[in-house]
Amino acid sequence: MSYLSTEKQDGILIVTLDQPNEKVNKLTEELIAEFQNLIENTDPESIEGIVLTSGKTNNFIAGADVEMLKNKEAPDEVEELSRTGNELLLKLKQFPKPVAAAIHGSCLGGGLEVAMACNYRVASEHSDTVMGQPEVKLGLIPGGGGTQRLPRLIGIQNALTYMLTGKNIYPKKAYKLGLIDELTHRDALVTAAKKAIGEINSGEFERQDKRSLAHQLMEGMSPLRKIIYRQARKRAKSNTKGNYPAPPKIIECVKEGIENGMQAGLQLESRYFGELAATPESQAMVNLFFAMQSAKKNPESEKAADVDKIGVLGAGLMGSGIADVSVNNDYRVLLKDQSIEKAAQGKKAIWENLQSKREKDIISSFEQDRISSLVTPADSYDGFENTELVIEAVFEDLDLKQSILEEVEEATPDHCIFASNTSSLPIHQIAEASSRPDQIVGMHYFSPVPKMPLLEIITTDQTADWVRATAREVGIQQGKHVIVVNDGPGFYTTRILAPFMNEALMLLDEGISIKELDRHMKQFGFPVGPAALFDEVGIDVAAHITEVLSDLFGKRGINPSTKPTKLFEEGYKGKKNKKGFYLYEDKDGKTKKTKPNKEIYQYFNGSGQNSFNEETVQQRMALTMINEAAWCLQDDILTNPTDGNLGAVLGLGFPPFLGGPFRYIDREGASSIVDRLEQYEEKHGPRFTPADILKEYTESGQTFHTD
Amino acid sequence: MNDQPKQSSPFEAVIVDGGRIPFQRSGTGYRDLMAYDLGRLAIEGLIGRSGINAGELDRVIMGTVIQDVNTSNVARESALGAGIPNHVPAHTVTQACISSNQAITSAMELIRSGQAKMVLAGGTETMSDIPIRFRKKFRQKLLDARKYKSLSDYLKFFKGISPSDLLPEIPAIAEFSTGETMGESCDRMAAHFGISREEQDEYALRSHKLAAKATNEGLLDHELLPAAVPPDFEPIEQDNTYREDTSMEKLEKLSPAFIKPHGTITAGNSSSFTDGASASLIMEKQTALDRGLSPKAILRSYTYVAQDPEDELLLGPAYATPKVLDAMSLELSDIDVFEFHEAFAGQILTVLKALNSDKFASEKLQRDQKVGEIPMDKFNCWGGSLSLGHPFGATGTRIVTTAANRLHHEDGKFALVAACAAGGQGHAIILERFEA
Repeated sequence: MSYLSTEKQDGILIVTLDQPNEKVNKLTEELIAEFQNLIENTDPESIEGIVLTSGKTNNFIAGADVEMLKNKEAPDEVEELSRTGNELLLKLKQFPKPVAAAIHGSCLGGGLEVAMACNYRVASEHSDTVMGQPEVKLGLIPGGGGTQRLPRLIGIQNALTYMLTGKNIYPKKAYKLGLIDELTHRDALVTAAKKAIGEINSGEFERQDKRSLAHQLMEGMSPLRKIIYRQARKRAKSNTKGNYPAPPKIIECVKEGIENGMQAGLQLESRYFGELAATPESQAMVNLFFAMQSAKKNPESEKAADVDKIGVLGAGLMGSGIADVSVNNDYRVLLKDQSIEKAAQGKKAIWENLQSKREKDIISSFEQDRISSLVTPADSYDGFENTELVIEAVFEDLDLKQSILEEVEEATPDHCIFASNTSSLPIHQIAEASSRPDQIVGMHYFSPVPKMPLLEIITTDQTADWVRATAREVGIQQGKHVIVVNDGPGFYTTRILAPFMNEALMLLDEGISIKELDRHMKQFGFPVGPAALFDEVGIDVAAHITEVLSDLFGKRGINPSTKPTKLFEEGYKGKKNKKGFYLYEDKDGKTKKTKPNKEIYQYFNGSGQNSFNEETVQQRMALTMINEAAWCLQDDILTNPTDGNLGAVLGLGFPPFLGGPFRYIDREGASSIVDRLEQYEEKHGPRFTPADILKEYTESGQTFHTD
Repeated sequence: MNDQPKQSSPFEAVIVDGGRIPFQRSGTGYRDLMAYDLGRLAIEGLIGRSGINAGELDRVIMGTVIQDVNTSNVARESALGAGIPNHVPAHTVTQACISSNQAITSAMELIRSGQAKMVLAGGTETMSDIPIRFRKKFRQKLLDARKYKSLSDYLKFFKGISPSDLLPEIPAIAEFSTGETMGESCDRMAAHFGISREEQDEYALRSHKLAAKATNEGLLDHELLPAAVPPDFEPIEQDNTYREDTSMEKLEKLSPAFIKPHGTITAGNSSSFTDGASASLIMEKQTALDRGLSPKAILRSYTYVAQDPEDELLLGPAYATPKVLDAMSLELSDIDVFEFHEAFAGQILTVLKALNSDKFASEKLQRDQKVGEIPMDKFNCWGGSLSLGHPFGATGTRIVTTAANRLHHEDGKFALVAACAAGGQGHAIILERFEA
């Protein structure tokens, strides 16, 4: 046996999962087979019970092996896989002696399903321990009985919440919910599990219903349960706009199991699991998952220099966000601004983020102290003499950035890397002021930095390999998915965003209303509409971007809208000054948008009165972005299509179920994309001229992805 | 005995940097914080701006006087809470008001004996949250109650307890051996040496004026580490302890605080309850130079002395000063910078008078002649504990840091730092400006 090892202690069989040559345990077909074999060949009479535990340091079972799903061709193969798994877990459940899971580390997806099939679960209180059913994030449903066992343990409403969002359940919460029967420290897990087996055998153990009274009441009566399902469906629909097929299926499976029995529920679950795995949405999300995994690995980590202390310049939203993700991953940060007051406000933002983690029991108050102590507010360059990396997040102005660069090079050691968090200024232009241009790199973070998963690294012709490797290493340590692109105006993400936003302004000029524009794009799958995005990004920033990119687009005969500059001059900055495409009000210390700002129509030819065909709006908008992504690949800004997909999805909110611009082109066919673009080109001019590379792919019939 | 190495050590200890969070009158800026928090802020501020990485430290040593039972090794908790990596050992030292001097000299010994190259030495103290205890009888009952089993056990809990046993007990700043408060003892000592109330008030006024001047001229800027404190993170950048607007008229009006009605010590000419923390980076000289760091001063000869806690409670500096001077064969006139801890104006003036007294020299120091008169234009020029405040465990590092900074500002060669402490103890150390 290679995955499982067994040992008998006090008449109890301790089964340890330890997948050879892997950092984590994953549910694979081999493991399932081996496990099945073990159960069948264990004589229940010879033991008191079974304890299931892991041989890994910070992992129980991280989930099903997604690779395994990807390799299945037809829906029925995947369905079969789910069925096999479910049968095994039923056998486990029906094993005549109690089975207890001793859980330390990640216990997700299929891992949690295994744990839930046991008679007892004891988990460590450790911060590495985390549970959840994240399948929905891959366009799937839990396929190993999760839709059946989770609601039975924590109630229908709680189970739906966790399965529909895929969010993590931390140990204390898991205990409160009833998902876990006991919490202890990691080294007492097996002892606790053995003790529990004794209690179950002697009939002393009884699981309490930990649901709230309201939940018990709602879930106890059939007509009220119908309301729960109906509301869940409604909420799922409004959240997903119907673009994601998995959430309604999760609700169906839960309902089937509760109303018609577990067996029926499991049958349906396996069937849906197979069907969903074959949907283009799930395939796109699975591909994205693999791309994201590889963007968390540094292929050149051996070239990276050690970084201990990072200087961050500018303590605004961006700067403090960069400091936040740095100190949360054990870098020491000097957060410099023009005054100590401003710098300290940046620290405050970090402390508040930690405070909310503390309130959720994710970290202790001591951890909050320790992590926030790693950031020191500063108003001078004192202490920069041992920084290995300085990231600037100051105002977007070339002269300012160049003069800051000179100051930094004066204050830092020769080996220090200077990274600019500009969103559009070409890095080589900033580097012109440098005495060590090989150590200049772009590190483009997205706002809010602690939440946004992408880091776009920009290298120039001069950037040294070790500098790129170090920036990538830091980005990964900060928890980001990293793409590396070549230098140019707007790099990749800003460059493909610009024509998209420009198209929104064109549509407004043609008379579309703000509300309709945003509604159509949200329906298409973007998390926010373009008008709201203008306000979020800042109209001042949009004006700046337009300017930076004007030459590039000018050469292709495109005349971008001058509206951002006009609006900026009229005092519109967006959310930050509560003057933008929307009206804003302050509520609970936060600025919230209320409704479209009708005043803004006076700056457009249209008056927001014309209605548009939904698909036309969506296609015009999305195709500008997709076409520009192709231009970026053609112009060597992008080195591969996968980075293009990640950048658009993680940085700009391109719909994940479409997999990214290049996946979308492959799915629709390059020729179809070229056709559509040419139609629009005829009507609206050169901003729709297809990139040459698209025509090449049309002729050769190639696709951007081979898998 | 001077605390000189018996054999000459190849290693010299230098102070590379030092700083403190601004001192605050108790119950003000740091009211909601623990001594642990203050220590953390000072360590973080110093490490943040230093040219070394926290993981390179060999030791963290912090002084403290009033211990919080939750953080009895406050050096360790503060170091961890400031993000100093786990592998750096930390210990707390305590020696009343010279606790952080002890931290610095402990660091010197680790360096001189070759056990350490980089040590963070400092101190922390809060008077805003001193441990208030139940009285002995009630404490005993509570501890006994942990063994109670039956209801009748619990019923006997209140037997023999009177309401007054439930009153909390606030610790006094009193000598355990004599039962006398520090203020009382100092008042008697000043009277013995014939120090008048007026002299004391004048000295206190000088301290406040000099602290205000130094602050306004930015002379203290480099030793102040801004403290941004939750939840509002409005940075505290300056001491709020000194009173720029004080005057002889105001000081004269105050009545005696300890010995009534004939005492001379008042709230106005005493150091006040203060919260604060300090930290310094003490390194082996060559290591600092190899790292491209610029030491401020070499830490040379130091000593600790102890006398009768009854009559000479705070007279330590008068004993310690001649010892360190002799050890380096220096005269008072060789010293360019004097930094003495000011517990009370009466205490400082007594020390100065004793040093300048042939009688004291012959009777107490067994010297032919007096140590000498300290020139006031070199003495505590940037204010002192009377005005800047006195968080017990943190003051030592403050005065050593200030002395080192003043050596550079005043272009001096030697600085003499001295301080008194409860228990009748005292300390002095000589710093020599580091020349690159």
